Parts: sequence; structure tokens; C-alpha cells
Amino acid sequence: MTVTLSGNDLARTIGARLPQAVVEANDRWVLVRRESIAQFANFLKNTPELSFDYLNYVTAVDYHDYFELVYQFTALKDNRQVVVKTRCPRNDATVPSITPVYRGADLQEREVFDLMGIKFEGHPNLKRIFLWEGFQGYPLRKDYL
Amino acid sequence: MEIDQLKDIVTEADRAEGETIEAFKRRSLEPYPDPDEWLENNVITTNIDKLLNWARRSTIFPVVCFPACCAFEYIASNASRFDLSRFGMEIIRASPRQADLMITAGTLTWKLAPAVRRIYDQMAEPRWVIAMGACGISGGIFRSSYNVVPGYNRVVPVDVYVPGCPPRPEALIYGINLLQKKIARMHTKIEIPRPPMPGRMAAGK
Repeated sequence: MTVTLSGNDLARTIGARLPQAVVEANDRWVLVRRESIAQFANFLKNTPELSFDYLNYVTAVDYHDYFELVYQFTALKDNRQVVVKTRCPRNDATVPSITPVYRGADLQEREVFDLMGIKFEGHPNLKRIFLWEGFQGYPLRKDYL
Repeated sequence: MEIDQLKDIVTEADRAEGETIEAFKRRSLEPYPDPDEWLENNVITTNIDKLLNWARRSTIFPVVCFPACCAFEYIASNASRFDLSRFGMEIIRASPRQADLMITAGTLTWKLAPAVRRIYDQMAEPRWVIAMGACGISGGIFRSSYNVVPGYNRVVPVDVYVPGCPPRPEALIYGINLLQKKIARMHTKIEIPRPPMPGRMAAGK
């Protein structure tokens, strides 16, 4: 069974290497500053003692005041998983893309862009995936309709 | 290989087969005569509407247009328990060119709508549409969604509506029977092409 890596442990491990990246941590997840998310993902993937080589999903939640992006990573070698979150304000919905690090994030970031209207900086091909060109608005936002 | 050697290969069984076929051919010079009373039994006087409508309603081939879960009820209708083929319409055609009927079994999104319209346009006339299920009729529970077509009748003209979520196979079969009754009342206008008369303009053209 996949074991959840405590966010506190991860925050301690990474805090030494990436100071000020972690905003908040508990035993279930780690909240990361949005400027650091790509760097953070790179660290998760390429640090030998972590080696989180598999991205389960990228998704976004609308909390009215801000958007929260949720990432889940799995280390297939150790069968461990971790949930990483980051937040962006509603009036500046921009987050660095992790597609250059995890290719699996490509389509999912496009889905979040299409339905939630969050722009991913550094994404190689950020265009609509479900809806058509000319569709007005972002349907999964709470204030849609 | 020499001919003499070939003679040795031909066996008694081969020769017997050849004799059988030759004898059969000699006996079969004349065809079996058709009985004269066939004429009395086989000639029916009718009109072209009845003949065409009978042919059309007896072999309705549905085209593949099953975007969502109503498709399973359609599959159940087609399978052995409900056995749609009793009514002469069991052959699902993957090509719209060979189909008469579109059974819209499922929710339609606006992204898919142009493809459905294209399938409909490719079907040979006359063609019919059955809106199957709540989504097919009105969009169903997804009606207020941002990308669901609220009813197939926004995209294609619908002949019969079969309500249900999903409809039972009996309901679908009943809907098809209603369509057959509708087809039975169709009137076909026969236009005989006439060669253009020299020195005279065709009327109305």
C-alpha cells in the first residue's frame, strides 16, 4: 500500500535546500509559495532520497478568495506519495508550469487552464483542450453563471 | 511432366466424378418449369406509396450515434432478450450512407454537435431520427450545463421522442414501432425525368 509521506518531514527535508519555499505543512500536505512550485517539483523529482518520479494529478480548487492548485506525486521506488498545494489570488491567476519537469502535467494543466482559467507560465503548448475557441468564461469557477 | 505420366495420375475416382458431372449436365438441358398458377398468387395490385413505405419501414438500419449511457439500453434492445431484429432493424450500420435511422442514445455536447450533424447530413434520404432518453429530448439533467445541447432537435429534426432515463428497451421498441406507423403514412412524390423538348422551354424553369 502506498504510504503517505508526512508533509512535515518533507518540509524539513526541503526547507534546508529551498528556504522560504514552504508556507505551511502538516501531516497530509505541504503548501508551497507559487513562485517556488516548479523548483519544488524539480527538487521532488531529482533528489535521490525523494525521487518522486510519478505525477498522479494536477487539479485546481476555487475557494472564492483564491485558487488552490493541488498536485499529488508518487515515488514508485519507495511506494510513497505526497500532496503539494499552492495558491494564487483570483485577480492574478498565474502559476509556474511544472510541465518542463513532469511531462504528464501537460494535458492536465491545459484542462485547468481551459476550465478554471489559470495560466501556467512556461507551459510549452497552453491552449484549450475541452472547450472550443471562442467560448466565454471559465465554467468550473464558482462565479460562472 | 509428360502427358503419359499424367494419365497414370488420373484415378478411377476422378473418372467417376467426370462421368457424374457429364451425366448431370445432359439431364439439365431444360430448366424446371415455373407453375402457371404462380402468376395468380404473385401479382399484387397496390400503389407506389404502400410498396415504398412497406420496404422502408421493414428494413430500418440505425447508424452508430451513441454518445452516452442510453447506448446500453439500445444494445440490450438489440441483443437476444429483446431482439429488435423481430421488427427488421437490427443491423447497425457504421457508415451513415447505408443507414436510415439515427437513434440519439445519449447526452450531446456542443463540441460533438457538428459531428452529429455531419453524420445526419451523410445519411441517405429518406432518413429519420429518434430522440432517445431525457438527454436526447431536452438535455436531461445536464440541460443547464455550459456545453450540453438541450435536445437533439436543436441540431437535427426529430421524428419520435422516447422519454426515460434511460428508456427501457420495450419503450425504445415501441418508439420504433411508432416510427414505422409514421413511415406507413408517408407520401412519395414520384418525379419522372423528362428529356428537354427542343424549341420549348421547360415550364417553370
